[in-house]
Amino acid sequence: MSVVVDIQNVTVSYRESVALRSISLRIEEGALVSVAGPNGAGKTTLLTAINGLGRVLQGSVSVFGTKMAGRTATGIRKEIGYVPQMLSIDVRMPMKVEEAVMLGRYGRIGFFKRPSPRDREIVSDVVDLIGIRDLLSRPIGHLSGGEQKKVAIARALAQEPRILLLDEPISDLDISAQQTILNLIDRIHEQKRLTTVLVMHHLSLLPGNCSRMILLKDTKVVFDGSVEDALNEDVLSRLYGCRLEIIKTEHGVIVQAKVNA
Amino acid sequence: MLELLQYQFMQNAVLASILGGVSCSIIGVFVVTMEIPFLGVSMSHSAFAGGILGLLLGIDPFAMALLFCLLSALLIGPVADKADFNPDMAVGIIFSIMLGLAFLFLAMIPGPKTEALSLIWGSILTVSRKDIVVMGIIAFIVMALLALFFKEIQAVIFDREIAASVGIPERPIYYGILFLSGAIIAANLNTIGGLLIFSLVINPAAAAYQLTYSLRNMFFLSGAFGVLSCFLGLFFSYIFNFPTGAVIIIVSSLIFFLCLIFSPKKRVKGVNIR
Repeated sequence: MSVVVDIQNVTVSYRESVALRSISLRIEEGALVSVAGPNGAGKTTLLTAINGLGRVLQGSVSVFGTKMAGRTATGIRKEIGYVPQMLSIDVRMPMKVEEAVMLGRYGRIGFFKRPSPRDREIVSDVVDLIGIRDLLSRPIGHLSGGEQKKVAIARALAQEPRILLLDEPISDLDISAQQTILNLIDRIHEQKRLTTVLVMHHLSLLPGNCSRMILLKDTKVVFDGSVEDALNEDVLSRLYGCRLEIIKTEHGVIVQAKVNA
Repeated sequence: MLELLQYQFMQNAVLASILGGVSCSIIGVFVVTMEIPFLGVSMSHSAFAGGILGLLLGIDPFAMALLFCLLSALLIGPVADKADFNPDMAVGIIFSIMLGLAFLFLAMIPGPKTEALSLIWGSILTVSRKDIVVMGIIAFIVMALLALFFKEIQAVIFDREIAASVGIPERPIYYGILFLSGAIIAANLNTIGGLLIFSLVINPAAAAYQLTYSLRNMFFLSGAFGVLSCFLGLFFSYIFNFPTGAVIIIVSSLIFFLCLIFSPKKRVKGVNIR
């Protein structure tokens, strides 16, 4: 398996504070990696370091073997789908959902060209995959948080990315939508072997295909290994600074805080 | 009104109102959707400061106004990005600098300051053919760039971070939008005046914003409202013998309030209301 993301000794700032400190890690093609950790640990910053939107102070980030910098980064970003945590969209934003998904194609289409029938076909396929056809003619600002998340995922997939970065994709969703999106992430990963980096707070809901877990605390990587090893009471209790218990069921594990601990 | 069109000054005024109305209301769409309402004020004061410096130094005031606007436009984006401000804050800073410079230059002009003050009020009835040509060229460039880069502009208006994440060079596009706004305002300073241009930027676009969820339609509607405001403004100012700029602004404000009252968006309830 070739390495698609190579992060070497990277320090990234967010405003005046350091949000990631001296991180080194590699992500192999086709991997589904989950990232977890307390608030402010640097999870979102890790994603923005990969797609070149974060401010790298030291070290280097290479994606597909090319260093992420300047104009090269803009080109590489066309192949990296990014679903940010939350967007604040004005209710009157003059844009329909269909355009918001097509926007994912804009980088690939390039300057001076309009979306081709092929672009429309890709968008249509993604719309069916995510199940948002009934939303297409709605103004983007009218959607609920969960619906906007689905549109954001559709936009990222419309890019036909080689890497998909998802920042808490199920945080605003109801239980059924959470399941739909997680199954979708699993399915896309299975079908396309799409390299996926997933920031997740819900450790009980990790996608089945997730084989690697990166845990961040205080801007540093404190664990990088298998999901089985990560879902350990001692590891997670240390990570979150409170007593956690892990209940194993036939469908997976449940991670919860110990009452009265 | 029709017989008036045989006069060259009136032909010029009508041409200026079409060009000014269209171009100001087009950049109004940027200003309204990107929520930088005071961009117009800031730019018009930059143009004002530049125009006065031009008068002071004996250089063409229009060229200096354009230069100052473009300099401001070049500063606003990077100042906002570097200082991590909302762009409107950067606009405020540039505005205060330009206002300070304008008063400084004004004080330095010896004798009566009539010519300098005319930059504040403008006069659509004294527009020259040269002004029309410059306005026409700039309006054409803006519309051509809008057509060529529509999808990139649409992405940047939607969200700069998303635009960057899909591989659009959002920074040049964003700074370019500010730059074009500067050029348009400078080009229309003579006609509509530094103070009143603000309303012609904001009102037609804000009115269009009430009526549509399509950015393309918003550009068309805003342009139409801009031209309508200028036409009706010219007409009523002639009939009632009122200052043209002031009537244009009153008409554009009335159009806005009519659109607000009849807006289908008024019924929208729910998420993210600001």
